[in-house]
Amino acid sequence: MKDWALLGTVLALLTAATFGGQWLKRQTALGLDQKSVDAFNSRIQAWWFFSVVLGIAFFHPNFTVVLFGMLSFWALREYITLTPTTIGDHRALFWVFFFFTPMQFILVALDAYAFYSILIPVYAFLFIAARAAVSGDYRRFLERIAKIQFGLFVCVYCLSFAPALLFLKCNRTDGDEYVNARLLFFFITLVLFSELAQHICNRLFGRHVIAEPIEESRTWEGLLAGAGATAIMGSVLIWATPFDHLWQVAMMSVLVALMSSAGALTMAAIKRDRGEVRSGTLIEGHGGVLSRIDAVCFASPVFYHVAQLLLKQPGV
Amino acid sequence: MLTETLLTWTARIISGVSVRWVDSQPDTCQRVYFANHTSHLDVVLVWSALPTNVRRLTRPIAAKDYWDRGTIRRHLAKVFNALLIDRTEIKVHQSPVDMMLREIGNTHSLILFPEGGRSPGEEIGEFKSGLYYLGKKRPDLELIPVHINNMNRILPRGEFLPVPLLSSLTFGPPIWLEAGEPKTDFLARAREAVLSLKDS
Repeated sequence: MKDWALLGTVLALLTAATFGGQWLKRQTALGLDQKSVDAFNSRIQAWWFFSVVLGIAFFHPNFTVVLFGMLSFWALREYITLTPTTIGDHRALFWVFFFFTPMQFILVALDAYAFYSILIPVYAFLFIAARAAVSGDYRRFLERIAKIQFGLFVCVYCLSFAPALLFLKCNRTDGDEYVNARLLFFFITLVLFSELAQHICNRLFGRHVIAEPIEESRTWEGLLAGAGATAIMGSVLIWATPFDHLWQVAMMSVLVALMSSAGALTMAAIKRDRGEVRSGTLIEGHGGVLSRIDAVCFASPVFYHVAQLLLKQPGV
Repeated sequence: MLTETLLTWTARIISGVSVRWVDSQPDTCQRVYFANHTSHLDVVLVWSALPTNVRRLTRPIAAKDYWDRGTIRRHLAKVFNALLIDRTEIKVHQSPVDMMLREIGNTHSLILFPEGGRSPGEEIGEFKSGLYYLGKKRPDLELIPVHINNMNRILPRGEFLPVPLLSSLTFGPPIWLEAGEPKTDFLARAREAVLSLKDS
């Protein structure tokens, strides 16, 4: 029952947002920035995509893991395309794409937390450095290693904690088999809602820009107001989550909002540095998959681990 | 037929290619597509980027010493109807340009890599003169510059395993050999036409 209620609530929200976005697009008289409206609409599209994917999560967790794996693979592909690597990194990259990325998601699907939580930060990071050294190219060595490691970490490791929510052990299952699917749905809804809320709050209350050289539109006021709105949204949806107390949900929501914002800002910094020129011909659409999932990437591992703390079974 | 579909899709998936036509349209008229050459996949990539009806009429020029070795390569060369040129035995009286013109007749188009071999890294090497003679002997052929971006990172020279990054393929507006244009000027202009597509 709760599943359908959650799905219904999100679909209603999305439909409203979609119509709002289309209406804004036609209101040329309001003098709104067209780019900003387009950004709003493409965020809603991403939200639709995630909602459909997560609708499937209710029926088949492993299928969701595979979809997230493919998303990860594509995001990493875009990231490495934007990042200058040399021929010395070729073999290391081959392993990154064809071994570590699939392996991470296979381990998530097998619920092997002890392995997937360290596969990338321990084994992959050491392997990448060693493999690049074996290739014999020492120029800008640390720089090249760091680029690959960061990409693998953000696009694969961090993102994999979103589908990992499907296997998180909760104390309050009460025989409710969909509690994890709802948790994941709740998390993604919060991330995308917080992005949308911050986008709107930036327009409404924005005064003090956080980092002007990187993003002119992201403001402290937007961040705080957006986090507040997300907290309200999260609290409204408390019935769908396994959390017991309102403060827990509110705290998680604020955390998600802050991490999403941090993720988007970080990725914007990387893209600024690499310039739009290169991405222009190589990556199609509104900056591709990577810029749609940056917020999810940053928020996932933090959400997962704090949720793990809060939902820990007593005495375990 | 099956190999063709399989090959086209494999090439597209590995290279994550986005194809753009800048001031240019796909057409079945006789053309010479000339591109920079950075990886073994280039031949398949350009060929598979063309719409099916154009692709059927287009023959890539490939090196005989590479594509004539082994059953698989020979079969592939047959699938994309490649024109194999012997790089080791180029003589005046059996000039490859005459052979190309004979083979394409009045219907086919060509895919050509005028650098001769794959160039390492990002640079585009000097063009060999074949393109000039094609333009001189058949002034009606449209010479279409093609720029292949990022393939040198997907499958660099000397590597046999690809890394699935994204690449892009840009078809530019046709150029022709001007009346009385010297060979070196024309080849430099053709090279420039490919280079200019990188950022357009």
